[in-house]
Amino acid sequence: MSIQGTEDIILEVKNLQTIFKTDTGDVRAVDGVSFKLPKGKTIGIVGESGSGKSITSLSILQLLASNGKITNGEVFYKGDDLLKLTENQMRKLRGNEISMIFQEPMTSLNPVYTVGQQISEALMLHQNMSKKDAFIRSVELLQLVGIPSPDKRVKNYPFELSGGMRQRVMIAMSLACDPEILVADEPTTALDVTIQAQILELIKELQDRLGMSVIFITHDLGVVAETCDYVAVMYAGQVVEYSDIRTLFHQPKLPYTIGLLKSLPRHDIEQDKLEPIKGNVPSPHEMPVGCRFSPRCPAATDLCRTKMPQLETDENGNQVRCWIYTDEWTGEAEVDIYGETRIAKSGGAKTVLPD
Amino acid sequence: MTKYIIRRLIQTIPVLIGVTILVFSLMHLVPGDPAQIVAGEGASEQTVENIRERLGLNESIPVQYGRFLGNAVQGDLGSSVRSGRPVMDEIGSRFWVTVELAFYSTIVAVFLGLIAGIVSAVRHYTLADTSIMIVALFGLSMPNFWFGLLLIQWFAIGNWMPESLEFLKMRPSGWGDSWRQIILPVLTLGTGGAAIIARMTRSSMLEVIGQDYIRTARAKGVSERIVTYRHALKNALIPVVTVVGLEFGGFLGGAVLTETIFAINGMGRLTIDAIRTRDFPVVQGTVLVISVIFVLVNLLVDISYRLLNKRIDLN
Amino acid sequence: MSEETVNPPVTAQKINPRIESYKQFWRRLLKNKAAVIGGLLIVFVVLMAFIGPWIITTFTDYRPNQTDLTNKLQGPSASNWFGTDSFGRDIFTRLIFGAKLTLYVGFLSVFIGGIIGVIFGIISGYYGGRVDAVIMRLMDVLLAFPGILLALAIVAVLGGSLTNVIIAVGIFSVPAFARVVRGSTLSVRKLEYVDAVRALGASDFRIIFKHILPNIMSPIIVQASLRIATAILTGAGLSFLGLGAQPPAPEWGAMLNEGRQYMFEAGHVALFPGLMIVLVVLAFNIFGDGVRDALDPKMKNR
Repeated sequence: MSIQGTEDIILEVKNLQTIFKTDTGDVRAVDGVSFKLPKGKTIGIVGESGSGKSITSLSILQLLASNGKITNGEVFYKGDDLLKLTENQMRKLRGNEISMIFQEPMTSLNPVYTVGQQISEALMLHQNMSKKDAFIRSVELLQLVGIPSPDKRVKNYPFELSGGMRQRVMIAMSLACDPEILVADEPTTALDVTIQAQILELIKELQDRLGMSVIFITHDLGVVAETCDYVAVMYAGQVVEYSDIRTLFHQPKLPYTIGLLKSLPRHDIEQDKLEPIKGNVPSPHEMPVGCRFSPRCPAATDLCRTKMPQLETDENGNQVRCWIYTDEWTGEAEVDIYGETRIAKSGGAKTVLPD
Repeated sequence: MTKYIIRRLIQTIPVLIGVTILVFSLMHLVPGDPAQIVAGEGASEQTVENIRERLGLNESIPVQYGRFLGNAVQGDLGSSVRSGRPVMDEIGSRFWVTVELAFYSTIVAVFLGLIAGIVSAVRHYTLADTSIMIVALFGLSMPNFWFGLLLIQWFAIGNWMPESLEFLKMRPSGWGDSWRQIILPVLTLGTGGAAIIARMTRSSMLEVIGQDYIRTARAKGVSERIVTYRHALKNALIPVVTVVGLEFGGFLGGAVLTETIFAINGMGRLTIDAIRTRDFPVVQGTVLVISVIFVLVNLLVDISYRLLNKRIDLN
Repeated sequence: MSEETVNPPVTAQKINPRIESYKQFWRRLLKNKAAVIGGLLIVFVVLMAFIGPWIITTFTDYRPNQTDLTNKLQGPSASNWFGTDSFGRDIFTRLIFGAKLTLYVGFLSVFIGGIIGVIFGIISGYYGGRVDAVIMRLMDVLLAFPGILLALAIVAVLGGSLTNVIIAVGIFSVPAFARVVRGSTLSVRKLEYVDAVRALGASDFRIIFKHILPNIMSPIIVQASLRIATAILTGAGLSFLGLGAQPPAPEWGAMLNEGRQYMFEAGHVALFPGLMIVLVVLAFNIFGDGVRDALDPKMKNR
């Protein structure tokens, strides 16, 4: 599986940087994020809380809170840099060509309007539909996302619906205008496990049916495995590994990714215990000078601790931000994977952690 | 909803009973013998005894209260000690004067307060916001009777709208027929109330603007103007509704001051005059009437709050 | 990797949240400009009220009740900074001497109302049930008399004097405290550490005084500050109506009332007492706002 080649890239994020002004100084929430989203595919953006994955998605749509500011980077969509568009032009894209669903279905719907009114709004706005047509379409959309008796539900207020139902409504709303890209920011985190599965299934099914591209923000690698074609792993505001889903799960490169996978319960192999990654995500005020994962990395050398590695691309188009895969790195590192110790030997870009 | 209204009505009853008990006890909490106080110092033994008889002060307290309540429910609040007329007649048309004053003041307060609050919230941390909030803070800190005096002074000195100052000649005739007479008192009360509503609206708007559903609206591609006025405002106004009833009540109670400085012949002035002449039945009557209106207005506000805020219905 | 949180066992080591928050409280308070400005203004007013009269009597010949009918209703001048009233008394001197009265009304009435209100509120919030219902209905009854009316009715009964104004305004302040304290008590009571100390066998009395009260001090302070502002306005209103401080006391509301008769020929007589009231009330309002922002960052405007 290759990212380059024949596939159309519908969205490309290059070196995105977003800062937040706070009382205690500026915080670089997103610091040089790059990835490509092929048309019709799903990319997962994975990371722990505070890794900047949600801010990345909000930055793409320019929906940051008033103290957030994009300071650098480009976001190419159909050849245009979204960051150069005026607010008016951007507004025509939001909810129309690029739409978004959020983590909190309980609070993401306006409590004083009915479900139908909220879905209709986007239709009337972007597609110049009449109120009546928009209403009819809203019912169809509710049916599409699997809400029973949609003709009744359409007149409900959000408080009359359960969390899962609300998230379905959010999805219906985001799909109203047949978007090219759906940004799903932790859409299942706040839901029960059974409902989670249903919503994931729904998003996948709708993607197949409507041919959308999806950016899936999550902290859950299990969800990624089920839904994504490509994965960008984020750590402390940066993309640290980017590859197709098979490669990521079968040949993870970065010690951080390996650590993440190790802390994930698996059914295919026997595990004595789940191993959490030791330590915590660095505070945005005390970013390490070198590799940001180095304080927690079992393979870190002095080089890792003093110099920031760059995102290097291999021949398959997969990327990794780690000194181990460069010529500058020398030595050997023991990396513990599922209870087995593997030795990474310096070999430049060809370094492999033997299977 | 009907259930809620009924429950709310039932809840109001003990409060109203409490109010009547308190108002009833006013007379009995006065240090000394109520009959003597009513009669005035130096009244003959016989006069005091007659008054005692007339007010039924010889009977036991519960019996007296029972009669007070029974009469009050039928609209009989006793008679003025000074004029001998029924308290209800004394209140008479003054009732509407005061209610009108409070009503118009509420409208002015809501109108000014909402505009100021919304502007402040939409342009928060700008000069406009800061200025509005400073003015509001002053409005909140100003004794409105003093502000009323200043207004009278300015308008008189500027010789502007001379007709509006006619009431200063102490015509004891309520509003008369000129709408101009109502302007200064309504401005006096309304601006003070506007300060409270402006502050409340602003903080409520700012809180709402930080909510997730506002981000959802933005993600839909809705313009900032629609986000503010369609998505945020309606939610922000819900808590503001609750203050409106309080403001109205504040204006009713504040009438004692406003009506005094503007020489308006409403219930407020009647109360003050009655206090000065120790005409307790009248004091009881006006205090009771004003409180009952206030309780009922709050009941209405609560119900409309429920109507606006459907979410509460579930709990 | 979805985080599973397991409730830690309830132990006595659950920290009483107040311990850390004292320092934080001061830090936040000092960082809040409004709180600092309001606080300084209050200090200024208090100094003026309690040192001012001493300075005037010691270093000048001005006295608050010294009349001079040849010099009445004079506008502000070098010898009478704020002019003179209808008896030729120096308004500035009277205002300085009257500051104390205004502060008495503000502080004492809120102190009385605060104590009663806090007791009611804590009992209501802590014990709940029928006690709660009765107390809260009682508060509803008190709140049914809008604005100044309750205080007015009480003063009407007790008779007009500054002491009675303090009592009346105090009672008028009770429901506001009771409601706020009840709400805060309810939320503190739900905290785990209260369960923990109860499990250790602490008495209700001890829990209330050692654990609940310290944790609800912030809303009480905020309420007190804002309430003092209202109390001063109410007290001044009652005196303005002639039901409070009696002449010749230099109470500001009463002075306003006297000045009212000379509004057109000598506007300054009513102007300055009003300005003083605004100054003092403003100080407490600014301080109260600031404290609220400092203590409840959630409420602070984004």
